[in-house]
This record gives sequence, C-alpha cells and structure tokens, in this order.
Amino acid sequence: MPTIDLAVTPLRELNRTLHAIPAGSNDISFEVLNPRGSHSVAVGIDAPVSVEVRGSVGYYCGGMNSEATITVHGSAGPGVAENMMSGTVFVKGDASQYAGATGRGGLLVIEGNASSRCGISMKGMDIVVRGNVGHMSAFMAQSGNLVVLGDAGDALGDSLYEARLFVRGSVKSLGADCIAKEMRPEHLDILRGLLDRAGITHVSPKEFTRYGSARTLYNFNIDNAEAY
Amino acid sequence: MCGIVGLFLKDKNLEPHLGALLSDMLIIMSDRGPDSAGIAIYGAPTDGVDKLTLQSADPRADFNGLEDILAAASGETAKVMVKSTHAVLTFASEYLSAIRSALAEARPNIRIMGSGESVEIYKEVGLPKDVVARFDIAAMSGSHGIGHTRMATESAVTTLGAHPFSTGADQCLVHNGSLSNHNNLRRDLKRGGMTFETENDTEVAAAYLTAKLAEGRNLGEALNGAVDDLDGFFTFVVGTKSGFGVVRDAIACKPAVMAETDQYVAFGSEYRALVNLPGIDTARVWEPEPATVYFWEH
Repeated sequence: MPTIDLAVTPLRELNRTLHAIPAGSNDISFEVLNPRGSHSVAVGIDAPVSVEVRGSVGYYCGGMNSEATITVHGSAGPGVAENMMSGTVFVKGDASQYAGATGRGGLLVIEGNASSRCGISMKGMDIVVRGNVGHMSAFMAQSGNLVVLGDAGDALGDSLYEARLFVRGSVKSLGADCIAKEMRPEHLDILRGLLDRAGITHVSPKEFTRYGSARTLYNFNIDNAEAY
Repeated sequence: MCGIVGLFLKDKNLEPHLGALLSDMLIIMSDRGPDSAGIAIYGAPTDGVDKLTLQSADPRADFNGLEDILAAASGETAKVMVKSTHAVLTFASEYLSAIRSALAEARPNIRIMGSGESVEIYKEVGLPKDVVARFDIAAMSGSHGIGHTRMATESAVTTLGAHPFSTGADQCLVHNGSLSNHNNLRRDLKRGGMTFETENDTEVAAAYLTAKLAEGRNLGEALNGAVDDLDGFFTFVVGTKSGFGVVRDAIACKPAVMAETDQYVAFGSEYRALVNLPGIDTARVWEPEPATVYFWEH
C-alpha cells in the first residue's frame, strides 16, 4: 500500500499521483497520513482505487470523485464529496456544511453529524448520515436519496425537486414545498439497499419517514401574481 | 473570507505560551485574508492599574517623550512600553481620563487601540507572520486572546480597519462576514452616545455589544441580542476581561470549528488552525451551531 505523508509530501504531489493512475488499474490502495485539516485532499480521482485518510481534512475532500473509495478517519470540513460522480466517500467523524453538494452519483456516508446544507442541490448521489443534519439540508435537491438516522434541522428540503429524503428522527421544520409522503414498498426497498451499502444493520427502514416535493413550485401559479 | 482564531486557557501552566500558541494559529489562517492582522491578548490584571494600547503612523515622533508628557497627568505613575507602531501605557487607574485628555492635546495623531485592566491589542496592515513578529506576540503570556486576519470587503485596508475592534474597556471582537444593517445601527448607537473611528461594519458590532454590556447585560445576553438585531453574515469571537464568547448568525455560512480539552477552549475558522494545540487529537471538536451563543468565563 503506497503511503503518502502530507507532513513531508506536498498536497499537489498526492493529488497528481492519484490522477496519474492508468486506466484499467485496480486494487490500488493508498494511505494518507497527517492531513491536519488540509483542503482538497484526494479530489478529482477518476479510477477505482481506495484511499484511507488518517486524520481530519479541510474543505472539499473527495470532490468530483469518480469510482474511488475514500475513507476519512476523522472529520471533514466544508464541501466533502462535493459534486461526486461515482464511488464512495466514508467520513468516520462529522462533516461540516454542504457535504455532498451538487453530487451526481456515488454514495457518501457520514458516521457522525453533518452540519448545514447537507446534500444541497444534489443531482443523483446518495447520502447516508448516521447522526443529525443541520438546517437547509437537501435545499433544491434534484434527484438521489438523503438518509438521516438522527434528526434534521430547520427548512429540510426547501424548494425540493425529485430527491427522496428519509429521516428517522425529528425534523425541526420543513422548507417550502417539502412534505411528508407515504412510504410505499419500493421506498422501503430503496432505503434497505442504501442502509446495507452504508453498513447499517441495526435499524429498520420502517423507522423512517419519507419526505418529498409537493410539486407546487414547479409552475408559476397565477394566483400569486400579486406577490411579485 | 477572513480567518479568526481564539484561545481561552483553563490550565494556568499554558499561560506563558498563550502568545506563541495564538500566533501560530493565526499564521496558519493567513491564506484566508492577506490584508491586515491583529491580536488581542488578555494578561493578568494588577489591582488599581489600567492600560492603554496606543498606535501611531509616526511612532518615532509621537512616542518620543511620552512618559514626560504624561507625568503630570498620571501623577508620575505612567510607564510606556513601545513596540513598533504601538505603545502600551500602564498607569494608576484613577488617572485614566486625565491621561486621555493629555494625549488628545499633546499627541492628537495617536489612536487608542484598546483600554482596560487586562487587554493589549496589536493590529497592522500586513500578513499575520509579519504582524505577530513586529509586536513579538509569541513572547506574550495571558489567560485568553483572539486574533484575526482580514480579507477586506466593507471598508478600506488600514490599521484602523483591522480587527480586533475594541469599543469598551477590556472588550474586543473579531468578525468573519459582513453586516448589511450597520449604517442604521451605527446611527442608533451614536444617538445613544457611542463614538466611532471608522466606517467599518465590525466596529458597529463591537459597539453594539459594548452598549448592551453597559446596560448591565452579561456577555451571553449581549450576544443573543446580536443574533436578533444584526443583519448579515457573521461568525464573531469576543473577548472580555474574564471571558470569551462565540456566536454565528442563523445562516451560519461563515465557517467555525471549536475544540475543548481540560486545558483550553479553542476557536478556529478552520480545523487547520487548531492542529498544533496540545492534546488536539483527543480534544472534543465540534462546529458551533447557528444562532447559538457559547461563552466561557474564568
């Protein structure tokens, strides 16, 4: 397993190494030591490698990830797995604001809490948070699934499009046009699959409430013309 | 952006290292703002002794002979310690207003950066590493302190526009963000008797807290008032003689990380700022909640 110690190796050298993996390579595992809150650790990987980051990271760790499995053995700063395309990012600790923002695919698993704007504008990725999420999570989320085992903060799913939100605990408040919806068998199946992929076996999909878009903001309502 | 840091020591054994720890934290935050930097250090107060931190654009002229000028006004108690563009005056507390008057008359270009029994405030245009070296902050001891490196948005890049802002005795504040109702608030505060040195939004936040504390509110109540009355983006770290507080606006887009151990409570705009603190690997590390006041007092 190649080990890269960020106490001695510049961050750009790490990312250049991760970007230079030839197509078709697999089963390559990297270990990153002493991240000490560095920004942009392991961003832009486009290969099925695994990266174990031993410590806490700063902004944008795992951003734009394709195919790689990245595990942060610590907490992550703002924008972890931002715009992820595919692959998996695990955060063993907490994640700061806008975790998984605009993500198009792949799975982000946060073992601790995520703060505000988790999954903002997500476009197809899946996010599983074992703890709580902060305010404005899944704001304008377009597709994909956000699963929260704990509680959600204010304005969950504000201006939501077609992403599915599953919350096991309480929701402090719902955002504009976000409503609780019936949990049908296909949703239980989707949720069971996501929990399995996140390695969560101790909770049942039946413990969750599904939230989604009421779809009243999709088209302009002429009765609201006075408000403009 | 801007980078802010704060350190509140619980363990007295760390007090000789406060300046060095805080300097290191601030230097790590340099790439969040290169325009100006400042640090406030709260040292051990001496009964009956007050301090003024002075600043001059022409220190050679302004600080020359200061002790002689202030001898009469201070009942021969004033001592002057010059550090680059700043000078710290110490004197018997009862002469504070006489000294302020004598300074205003004899040295009208001198600005007062901070006053009180405990705080010393050093701030200048430039990078944190240069500013902390210029004032030898690393050699300073104290019980708590806050620091700031600025990316200017709301007012000019000047020494007076640098943080921390101090608008009351032993009070100061650093800010990451920008306020949108500072002009209205400044007018209200002026009507209530506050005076302002700059057009800066952060100075208004500092004056707001000073006004609340002057009404008899405690730091927690004053900070809760700020959440309701200030419009805009803010993460504030505030120092008082005995305490240290943190508050973020309800949107909380300006970053903040805190760490607590048996030895200290620390604040950084990013986790990077905290990585060299002793015992950080086993500290409780968390992101302060939006619109929630945190404060600690000795």
